[in-house]
Order: sequence, then C-alpha cells, then structure tokens
Amino acid sequence: MKLTLLILTAMLFASKVMAQPGIQKRYQTKFIMAEDGSTIELDAGTFSFTGSLSLQDKKRIVISGKGIDKTVLSFKGQTDGAEGLRVSNGESIVIENLTVQDSKGDGIKTMNVKGITFRNVKVEWTEGPKPENGGYGLYPVQCENVLIDGCTAIGASDAGIYVGQSRGIVVKNSKAYHNVAGIEIENSLHADVFDNEAYENTGGILVFDLPDLVQKRGGNVRVFNNYIHDNNLRNFAPEGNIVASVADGTGMLIMAATGVEVFNNRFIRNQSVGTGIISYLFTGLPIKDKSYYPFSTAISVHDNVYERDPGPAAILRGSWDGLFKTIRQTGQQIPHILLDGISDSAKLDKDGKLQSDLRICIQNNKDQSLINLDAGGGFKNMSYDQKPFDCQLVPLKASTVNVR
Amino acid sequence: MSVKKIFLLGALLLTFWLTLASWQTKVVPEKLSDYGFFIGDISRQHPAPGVVPYTLNTPLFSDYAEKLRFIKLPSRKSVIYNDTAVLNFPVGTTLIKTFYYPNDFRNQSKGRRLLETRLLTHESEGWKALVYVWNTEQDDALLEVAGENKAVQYVDDQGNTRQQNYLIPNLNQCSGCHNRKEVMVPIGPSVRQLNGNFIYKGSPASENQLLYWQRTGMLTGMPALADCPKAPVWNKPETGSLNDRARTWLDINCAHCHNPDGPAMTSGLNLSYSEKNPTALGILKSPVAAGRGSGGRAFDIVPGKPEQSILIYRLHSTDPGAMMPELGRKVVHTESLDLLKAWIKAMQ
Repeated sequence: MKLTLLILTAMLFASKVMAQPGIQKRYQTKFIMAEDGSTIELDAGTFSFTGSLSLQDKKRIVISGKGIDKTVLSFKGQTDGAEGLRVSNGESIVIENLTVQDSKGDGIKTMNVKGITFRNVKVEWTEGPKPENGGYGLYPVQCENVLIDGCTAIGASDAGIYVGQSRGIVVKNSKAYHNVAGIEIENSLHADVFDNEAYENTGGILVFDLPDLVQKRGGNVRVFNNYIHDNNLRNFAPEGNIVASVADGTGMLIMAATGVEVFNNRFIRNQSVGTGIISYLFTGLPIKDKSYYPFSTAISVHDNVYERDPGPAAILRGSWDGLFKTIRQTGQQIPHILLDGISDSAKLDKDGKLQSDLRICIQNNKDQSLINLDAGGGFKNMSYDQKPFDCQLVPLKASTVNVR
Repeated sequence: MSVKKIFLLGALLLTFWLTLASWQTKVVPEKLSDYGFFIGDISRQHPAPGVVPYTLNTPLFSDYAEKLRFIKLPSRKSVIYNDTAVLNFPVGTTLIKTFYYPNDFRNQSKGRRLLETRLLTHESEGWKALVYVWNTEQDDALLEVAGENKAVQYVDDQGNTRQQNYLIPNLNQCSGCHNRKEVMVPIGPSVRQLNGNFIYKGSPASENQLLYWQRTGMLTGMPALADCPKAPVWNKPETGSLNDRARTWLDINCAHCHNPDGPAMTSGLNLSYSEKNPTALGILKSPVAAGRGSGGRAFDIVPGKPEQSILIYRLHSTDPGAMMPELGRKVVHTESLDLLKAWIKAMQ
C-alpha cells in the first residue's frame, strides 16, 4: 500500500517536470484569453514547453509566478518559436517572480510595449556558456518605459540583459554573469543602469549604437554604482554578431554612442579593457547607412575605481591579441581605459580639438590610466597622455520610467 | 412592495439584461460547418454559392502542406483594384484557407488528410483570425485558440514516405505574421499574386482570376489585363527571371515580417519585393540580433557566395533558435533554397 502511494506520488512528481503538451495549451490559452487589467498567476513547479508562450495586444497584465526558481518555465524541449516568452504590442505589462530556462532563441522578448517591467525574473541557460545558447536573456526592443529590477541573466550567447531601440529605461539591482555581454544598451535613449553586478562575462556592460536600424540614435545613458568585475570569459558568441568582436576581459565598452556618463562604478579585474571608448570604424565593418553616426562623443568617465591583477590581458582572439601584444612590447602595463582616438573631423574647433560639449572626459578615477590608440592614424601616435581628456561635461539628467 | 417582490423584479430585470448582453456579444461558431461555406460533405471542400476559390502565383511555403483558398465577399460588395499592396477587401469579407497533405503527392486520387482551416474575417473593428482543426473523422473542424502540433505522414513527389510534425498556430502566432504596424492584415491576395489562371468548376478551360473576378463583379476599376502586374511562379523559369522569382519568393515568405512596418523591422532587413536599398535587402549587411542564427557568417547576403550568406544558413536550419521563418516551418524547403542559392551565386 505504502509502495503504491510512493509510486503514485513519484509519478505525479515526474509528470510535473516532464514534457506536458497539455500545459502548453493551458498556459497559451490563459495568455490569449486574459482580460486587460488581469493577473495571470503561474503555479510553483517546473513546466516544460515545446513552443513559445506569447501575450499580445493586451493592457495592464501582470504575469506572476511564485518566485525565481520556484516557478520555472523550461524550454529545453522547444520545437517551435524563437523565444521562450514573447510579449508584443502591449501597455503596462509586468513579468515577475519566475525563471525562464533554456529557450532555443531569446529568453523573454518584448516588442513594442509601452511600460514593461521585469521584476525578480531569472533567465538562464543551464548548461554553462556555449554558442548554442540563445542570444538574449531579457530582450525588450522598441519599447517605451522599461524597468528591469532584481533580475538575473546567465549564459546568453549575446547579451544577458539587452535593451534595444527603446526609450526611458532603468536597469537596476540586477545580476548578469556567464554571458558574452552582461548588460547591453543599444540604440536606446534615456537609460539609467545602476546598482547592478556584471561579472564573469566576456564584457560586463556595453553601450552601442549600430547602423541600419529603425531607431537610429541612442543617448543620455548613465552607468553608475555598478560592480563590474572579473569579466574575462572567453568570447563564445557566434561569429557575425557584433558582440563577437568584444575582447575577453572587457569591463565596459562604449561604441558609437553619444552622451554616456560612467561614474561611481567599481571596475575590478577586467583584465583587458577596464573601459573602452571606440567608434564603429574600429570594427572595420562596412557602413552604408548614411544617417548613421559612427563616433563616440560626449562621453564622461569619472569617479570610478579601477583595479586589476598584474600581468597580461585575458586570452584574446584576432586583432585584439595583436593590439595588446604591441602595448606590452612597449614595456607598459595595459591601461585601464582604452580609446581608439577616432573622432569626427567635422566637429573640431579652430584649435583642432573636439567641441567642448562633445569631448571625451576622463577624470578623477581611482588608479586611472589610459591609452589613446590613434587607430585613425594607423596606430602611429599611440599615447598614454591623460591631459587631453582632463575635462568635465555637464552631468546627464536622470532617467525616470513610468511603469507599474 | 414587499422585499420578496423587489427581489423577484430584480431577478427578472437581471435575466432580461443578461439576455440582451448575450445578443450583443457575437458568438464565435465552434464548428467550421456552422458557417455554411461548403456544400455537402464539407471535407470535399465544395464551395457554396458566393464562396470563390482562388490561388496565388507564388505561395508561402508551409512544410509542403497544400492549400485550398476561398474568398467570400459580402453580398453585392466588390473590391476596388489596387496593385501596390494586398487588395483592400470590404468589411464582411472572409478569406478561407484549408491546409492538407495528399496521402501520395504523385497521385492525388489516393486521398488526403485535412489538418486545419484558417479564417480571416474582416469585421468593422478590423481583421480577425480563427483556426479550426479538423477532427480524426474528417467530417468537421473545431475552433482552437491555443494551436496544436500534429504528426503527419505522406509519400512525397519522389515516392519517399515522409514523417514530420506540423504546427497549427495559436491565435497570437497568426498575428505574428499577419501584422502591419500591429494591425492584423491579410498577406497573400494582391493583384500580382492573383494574376494567374484557375480552373473554375463547370468551365472547361482555365481562366485568369482577375478577369473572372472582374466578370463576376467582384473586382472593379481594373485596367486592361496586360497592364496588371504579375508575380512569377517561383519554380517556373518561363514565368520570370531568376531575380524576379527569388524576390517574389522572399516577398511572400519573409516580407510579412521583414518590412518596415512588420514584426521584424527591428532587424533592419526588408525583404519586400519593392525594396531597392541593397543593404536593407541584406547585401553585405551585418546581422543585428541574430544570435546563433548568424551561423558564424558575417553578412546576410554575400554576393556570389551563398555558402557565406546568413540568409541561406537560416533558411536551411530547422533549429527553432536559428531558423527562418521563425514559425510554420519544420522541414527544409530544398527547392526554394536552390532558387535562392542560384540567385545569390549570380549576384555581382
């Protein structure tokens, strides 16, 4: 009798974590039938899905689990759909207290949502960092008012937390590790990224503007009070993706962005590039988008802490390797801050300097050191001189988001 | 009035109000047969009067499933000719599409298995999609909002027995493709795609669909047939150049998402037939959010080099995290891949 009960219980438990086609239909129906203003409660347990779950054309919906690692949506056996959860064309949507695992593509993609909150959400690939993992963990794109709070992203083959082509963004209290990029803000306007921990990624935090996109230009991005450390993971992004060109050992990389303020962060043991500031031209990729602005301008890096173990850079591939070897051949330690030195010749004043409001200013960082690569001049006049960057920019305005 | 009477009156009013309310909410038929689109045994798909079958020159690939398409215009209404986009069908129109697999592609008389019938209905609030899944008895199809996966088996045109899964989309997946600026729209029936022949029941020879529509009053304002644009048939070289056939195939298979107002606009890749910017079309364009969909390749299209083009990689993949389209394909469409490879190969 006892044995029968035990077997029954075991069977019940097993059926709860194994492939459940009924679950797919039940949850998808819930998502389709949800009335505006309602809460979709997800039970505790691990649920396996064979296809994406999608929510569309809804307002004021809360998708609420019982907690990170308590409500687990597993997409390990996924055969349909390019993401785990997908939300599109919505208003005031909250996703909270749940874990999304092993989706074949992106973890949670939200597109064209006005007011999207991710709160206490974990997205992870459970078999460690590898190129077969999905691209993005949390992936709001073309959204307005984005709040990411108390989230964790692990193992993304592109960026763990990625905000693209959006405006009005706060990313805080979150963790990203074992991704190629921990946190990335791309072609996005008005973003505050603070109180996060980005560690053991290839690159901790990236701020990029890329060509050929619908939302052309990002800006007003503040990155502060973050703990960005030990980002020395070997880059495992599939070739062709822009993050595949991020050097192993990058704390933060700013590319082709305008209006970025980086302050009060701790950059610890990022063994190649503590903070890099480069233009898109540095990638060597072709630019055909005439309205694209490839330079990094109006960048301010101040009051951060830089620390690093002595010795060579993290193990690197391709052109980065050659570059760092060249630096080391000069007998120098690799500086914490790296600039490609490529600036917009159309924005120079009569003294040949960048207009004062567009300059790159690096000031008052603990253990500050830098190298200007003079990449535009064929690396001929590489310089460690900090004076040209000893300036201040007007602090950027805080970003506020209007979400539930 | 006693309390009891007030209560009774209240109950009566409530009943009355509920009845009224239920009249006002339109009830969606549970069964396909409820609509009366087909006469007799509905699995034979013989259209009722007013329901007109049609076909497209180059259709969307749906895992080798065959499709029967019908249109029902509201009585005495017509469509106004417009050759720049999908026709603007009047409110009250229903587009009906039944997906099936012949048991043997070499011999259609060996029977078929109907899988689903999709309806796109143009209501006053806009287009609405509904999916009806055929039962095992094949005598009716039942409304299904959450989609389904079905195992199918058939003998292909080479005589090989093939087994595969077939995805019946959920309602959100319908508008994942039928979507312009987040508004649901039909994809196929444009003048270009309808400009081809069809054998109508009861007539001995085939007739051009546009002429038929004009003759029966379904289409007004049509110019001379010779002035109507015509999409080639992707696998019939006599109907168009390599470039034209490849672009038409991409248009119907990809551009419903990959257009500046579609769900894939975030990628900056536009595969519409009308796109003229080579970068937007993918030529030497770096991917944006392809992830492992890049297949380790640098550009969407590398002229002359199909084996280095991401587009070919993603159309060849059946991994849900890498493949394109994201939905509705579980097997590789070898024949169209050959077309696209030849197209890229021929590019300078």
